[in-house]
Amino acid sequence: MSFKKIVQAVASATLALASNFTAAQENQLNMARGVTELGSEIYDLHMLILWICVVIGLVVFGVMFYSIIFHRKSKGYKPANFHESTKVEIAWTVVPFLILIGMAVPATSTLLEVYNSDDAEIDILVTGYQWKWKYEYLDEDGENISFFSNLSTPQSEIYNTQEKNPNYLLEVDEPVVIPVNTKVRFLLTANDVIHSWWMPELGVKKDAIPGFINEAWTIVPQEGVYRGQCTELCGAYHGFMPVVVHAVSQAEYDEWLSAKRADAEAQVAMASMDLSLDDLMSKGESIYSGQCVACHGANGEGGVGKPIAGSAIVLGDLTKHLGVTTKGVPGTAMQAFGSQLSDVDIAAVVTYQRNAFGNNTGDIVQPSDVVSYKNG
Amino acid sequence: MSTSQTQPAGYEKYHVPESSSLAIRATIGLVGSVFGGGLVLNNMTFGSGDAGAAKWVLTIGLIIFVATLASWFRTTIRENLQGINSGQLKHSYVLGMFWFIFSEVMFFAAFFGALFYVRTLAGPWLAGEGEAGRMNELLWPGFEFTWPPMITPQEAVGGTDVQPIANNGTFTTQGQSMSFAEASAWYAWLPLWNTLILLSSSFTVHVAHTGLLAGNRSKFNLWLGISVALGMIFVALQALEYYEAYAHFGLTLNSGIYGSTFFMLTGFHGFHVFMGMTMLLIQLIRSLKAKHFTASDHFGFEASSWYWHFVDVVWVFLFLFVYIL
Amino acid sequence: MGDHSHGPAKGLSRWLFTTNHKDIGTMYLWFSFAMFILGGAFAMIIRAELFQPGMQLVEPGFFNQMTTLHGLVMVFGAIMPSFVGLANWMIPMMIGAPDMALPRMNNWSFWILPPGFLMLASTLFMEGGAPAFGWTFYAPLSTTYAAPSVTFFIFAIHALGISSIMGSINIIATVMNMRAPGMTYMKMPLFVWTWLITAFLLVAVMPVLAGAVTMMLMDIHFGTSFFSAAGGGDPVLFQHIFWFFGHPEVYIIILPAFGVVSQIIPAFSRKPLFGYASMVYATAAIAFLSFIVWAHHMYTVGMPVAGELFFMYATMLIAVPTGVKVFNWVTTMWQGALSFETPMLFSIGFLVLFTIGGFTGLMLSIAPADFQYHDTYFVVAHFHYVMVAGAVFSMTAAVYYWLPKWTGKMYNESMGKIHFWISFVGFNIAFFPQHFVGLAGMPRRIPDYALQFADFNMMSSIGAFIYGASQILFLYNVVATIVGGKTVSDEKVWDGAEGLEWTVATPAPYHTFEVPPKIDPAHAHS
Ligand code: HEA
Ligand code: HEA
Ligand code: HEC
Ligand code: CUA
Ligand SMILES: [Cu+2]
Repeated sequence: MSFKKIVQAVASATLALASNFTAAQENQLNMARGVTELGSEIYDLHMLILWICVVIGLVVFGVMFYSIIFHRKSKGYKPANFHESTKVEIAWTVVPFLILIGMAVPATSTLLEVYNSDDAEIDILVTGYQWKWKYEYLDEDGENISFFSNLSTPQSEIYNTQEKNPNYLLEVDEPVVIPVNTKVRFLLTANDVIHSWWMPELGVKKDAIPGFINEAWTIVPQEGVYRGQCTELCGAYHGFMPVVVHAVSQAEYDEWLSAKRADAEAQVAMASMDLSLDDLMSKGESIYSGQCVACHGANGEGGVGKPIAGSAIVLGDLTKHLGVTTKGVPGTAMQAFGSQLSDVDIAAVVTYQRNAFGNNTGDIVQPSDVVSYKNG
Repeated sequence: MSTSQTQPAGYEKYHVPESSSLAIRATIGLVGSVFGGGLVLNNMTFGSGDAGAAKWVLTIGLIIFVATLASWFRTTIRENLQGINSGQLKHSYVLGMFWFIFSEVMFFAAFFGALFYVRTLAGPWLAGEGEAGRMNELLWPGFEFTWPPMITPQEAVGGTDVQPIANNGTFTTQGQSMSFAEASAWYAWLPLWNTLILLSSSFTVHVAHTGLLAGNRSKFNLWLGISVALGMIFVALQALEYYEAYAHFGLTLNSGIYGSTFFMLTGFHGFHVFMGMTMLLIQLIRSLKAKHFTASDHFGFEASSWYWHFVDVVWVFLFLFVYIL
Repeated sequence: MGDHSHGPAKGLSRWLFTTNHKDIGTMYLWFSFAMFILGGAFAMIIRAELFQPGMQLVEPGFFNQMTTLHGLVMVFGAIMPSFVGLANWMIPMMIGAPDMALPRMNNWSFWILPPGFLMLASTLFMEGGAPAFGWTFYAPLSTTYAAPSVTFFIFAIHALGISSIMGSINIIATVMNMRAPGMTYMKMPLFVWTWLITAFLLVAVMPVLAGAVTMMLMDIHFGTSFFSAAGGGDPVLFQHIFWFFGHPEVYIIILPAFGVVSQIIPAFSRKPLFGYASMVYATAAIAFLSFIVWAHHMYTVGMPVAGELFFMYATMLIAVPTGVKVFNWVTTMWQGALSFETPMLFSIGFLVLFTIGGFTGLMLSIAPADFQYHDTYFVVAHFHYVMVAGAVFSMTAAVYYWLPKWTGKMYNESMGKIHFWISFVGFNIAFFPQHFVGLAGMPRRIPDYALQFADFNMMSSIGAFIYGASQILFLYNVVATIVGGKTVSDEKVWDGAEGLEWTVATPAPYHTFEVPPKIDPAHAHS
């Protein structure tokens, strides 16, 4: 770190102090107003309390600095000897109390609004996993679509071997898509530890607690991409678990939904097909780099997880490899991917692991192998 | 502010003991015990370390700890017999014991709090009741909440294979409730007997105290002896109940939240009864062997009896909230 | 054993076997400073990693261990023992007692700490690493998903809890039973009052913490399901129990600090403390309220809205008694004859910065706004304002204030003042920008962050290094005073100081008040 950069940092911070408050950009000083009605109500509440505190602070510190400046021994000031007054004690008990009531009123009404998740048109079940989010669109006809949303920032940016992009750590492979001007209810839960789903610009933060469901809601008036993060410490990669919401027009949303449905059907169809090694490898690579890389490393060298390169399980019996992948290893970070990935995906990623990183077994694992493994 | 160093009238010197190795020995014992305990547990659960060595650390730690406490109490008793302790010092002991019991009350409060919370809030939420849980049927379809819960959410959905979400292990279900079920079989219901036993032991300790105050040592010894015996019976019955729970009721530590709260509350209580009983027994031995205690000076006994009453009160709450309601 | 007056024993056994409140106080103070350095070292690792975006120095898992140990060591190792040390030194001298009520137990309370922390620190070298679930150790991250070292963490908490409970029982017994004749409750110095109430809080909540970790232990090793929904328990139950302890805990940290500045501000204002009685009542009110506000740490867990409202209102109320204290301190200074020796500087620093931290606390208490603040650096900024600029500043002030009485030597005043100014500036550079990044959306407990937070984080790290480095000055000043400071022999080191401790010789003899002092009934409190 050069001295110049430090000076720059201090300078830009000072500059930011002088610049306007709302812009969501570098060196933002204040809470974002947010795009939703709720978000801006919270923002107003925040500003209200902030200003009240500032004013009280100015009065208190004003009095204090007055005595610091004028009532100095070094100036020969002689101390008074008063030390008690029930009247003022009562006054400065009652006045703050009244001020607090003034704050409590708007706070209460905003809170009640936050809690009003009735009459939502879309329900999305959001499940936190170490360290990704699963989104499941609950559909009355049971045609749920679901997908995982993983951090898509490459390891090379995190480990400083590549320039960081502007959305560094706030980008995912698949954002959750919602239509604008529609009440969307998020049902939050978790699969392992507690996570917390935060979308600053929508004014939504709620914990995702394993075994329980919490509710949150939003109506987004404005199309756009909104970014947030997991805000409950959830293990080693807590800092790498962004939330990205894509708000689109109703038409775009419908289109996206039907594409998703078609995709799901294609997956089902694929499950009964035989795929080529190349297809499996390329699909497997993308799944590996989305799902496994955080723990097993870009070159299968391991990390939180054991090394894949040269692993006895990966090089050995397929049943064991499928077992670890679908059922996980209880008591470790290795999860049961059987319920998270489709049979095609599992076939692909297992094939990939058996043929990448110098594990040149030449094995091809087909979706049907996964199905028959699962059926015992 | 003016002060003077002249001795006020009627002032007894407060005895400040000279340096003592008791604290260090007690520390070695305590830390050895918990460190050894940690080693033993981790060996049990994670298979780490050497089981034999772990047990040795634990055992030696406990021995040092208990031995130190014994010599600590012996020292204080001796000081009192030598007449070193002023009235003021004795009052310090009274305060110490009072606030110690208060801290014990708060320890139990944590477990009672847990019990109330799961019974009145978390349990119904898991079954989809209330504002906070209304969507929970998505996770635990078919789970209905009763108290005591005769099924865990995990089992309601068909076990860990079907629903791996939020799994923290396999929780089996108890076969039968421990609470008061059939009025016709009241005489075979251990908790009722235990309640009677403990309540009467509180009473007998009180009678012993009156004996002591009246300077009647044999009355004191007799009733104190009865109290200790009642305590022993209680512990024995509690052990029997645990045996029943495991062997016939299918109620274990693994039986979901009911097993958890049941065994932790009654277990810690049982442990406290054991401690209180030991304390009373020691007082009895002191009285029998060494003729300790006079009508006006018997703090060792008094402190033990307070503890005993405290244990008794806790049991009343337990009986109410764990067994009856 | 005899009545003769005697000095300290020689060598190591003086410290191992001592029953003297001053010796024990000294050990607490040095121990807590050692822990402050250790916790500070962890903080420096945190700040170094956060200096720039991207992972540079440590792995994410290790970063979490640093955060966790930093919080635990600072709270349980640095702050709490430091104030217990101060209580040991000062309470008997302030109330005219020969020693603490239960001197042997006093020694035991202290000696549990070093091995307890050794055990906690040793987890760093265990398989799977040290605890990495935050100082709040929420289940199930701290149970099912924790490294095996968690068992030792749990037992370390048990040990520290035992130490704290015994320490506080001792303080309660001392204050209630050992006051010199004529030292009525409403004549006690405010430091004694705040400690009495603190000790009561400790006896009430440490056992609850013990209960929480015991449930964890059972969930981990014996298959209970307190914190697992699958068995009918609830992870949020853990949070309720933890914060029932945890919130009073933060007042355990700050009340003795209130006591300290309530001694120092009048001394350097040369004017009695304004509103003594209301200060006492306010302290009691804060302690009472602290039992019914715990869930303000849990606004986002999805409590029913009625609960949310209750905890919001109750929390906001704490601003009232705390405000009374702030106003009383300011009024004490008003029309005093102020002078600005180092203890006073740190007390004024405390007053300003703690109040700012209190304001952000009030902002956090507003539930709907907390949805945006929660688990961001705004919270981190809040609690460092109240805990570092609050507790640590007041502790620093206390050391400067009473050091001459303890050692009979005067510290170097100009070095003290420099220490204050570097601390003050460094502290604000370190923690003020954290408000900004927090509001702008930076979560806490993350080893790496989005690019828009880069500049302020760099600033914050620089400030942290400055603040940390300024402590070298402090250490040097204290050691230099003890080794070769200028001798003072006035009983009253500070002309404005009031209280029994200033009536004994300087340095304070090994045994004070073996015979109780006479208290002038006409004299008000001190
Ligand atoms: C010394 C420790 C200390 C102290 C004294 C306080 C004091 C307060 N704290 Fe703080 N707090 C912590 C330590 C402390 N806190 C810690 C460690 C955490 C985080 C824990 C974790 O998650 O790791 C925390 C977190 C925390 C939260 C949870 C935030 C979150 O996680 O989302 C909240 C929410 O309500 C809160 C509120 C308050 C309030 C209302 C006060 C009040 O006591 C403040 C009162 C003071 C004033 C208000 C200023 C003076 C008053 C006046 C001048 C009068 C007039 C004023 C008005 C009428 C406005 N604190
Ligand atoms: C009273 C308690 C206390 C104190 C004193 C401090 C002191 C400091 N804390 Fe604190 N902190 C907490 C309590 C405390 N903290 C708690 C409870 C948490 C929450 C943990 C959690 O999330 O679980 C936390 C979390 C926390 C975080 C957030 C971590 C995260 O979310 O990942 C950060 C980040 O900046 C931080 C920084 C600092 C710094 C820079 C100091 C500095 O003030 C420290 C300065 C001290 C020294 C540096 C040591 C003395 C120095 C010397 C003897 C000289 C040698 C040093 C040098 C040459 C540099 N702390
Ligand atoms: C959150 C971390 C994490 C993720 C993500 C993860 N793993 Fe693992 N994995 C682990 C851990 C930890 C182990 C070691 C388990 C043990 O101790 O036996 C492991 C072990 C394995 C093994 C056995 C290796 C051996 O030699 O024992 C295989 C195969 C494996 N994982 C496959 C996968 C696949 C395929 C994916 C992605 C679809 C994946 N893992 C994603 C953590 C992870
Ligand atoms: Cu998920 Cu933090
Ligand atoms: Cu709090």
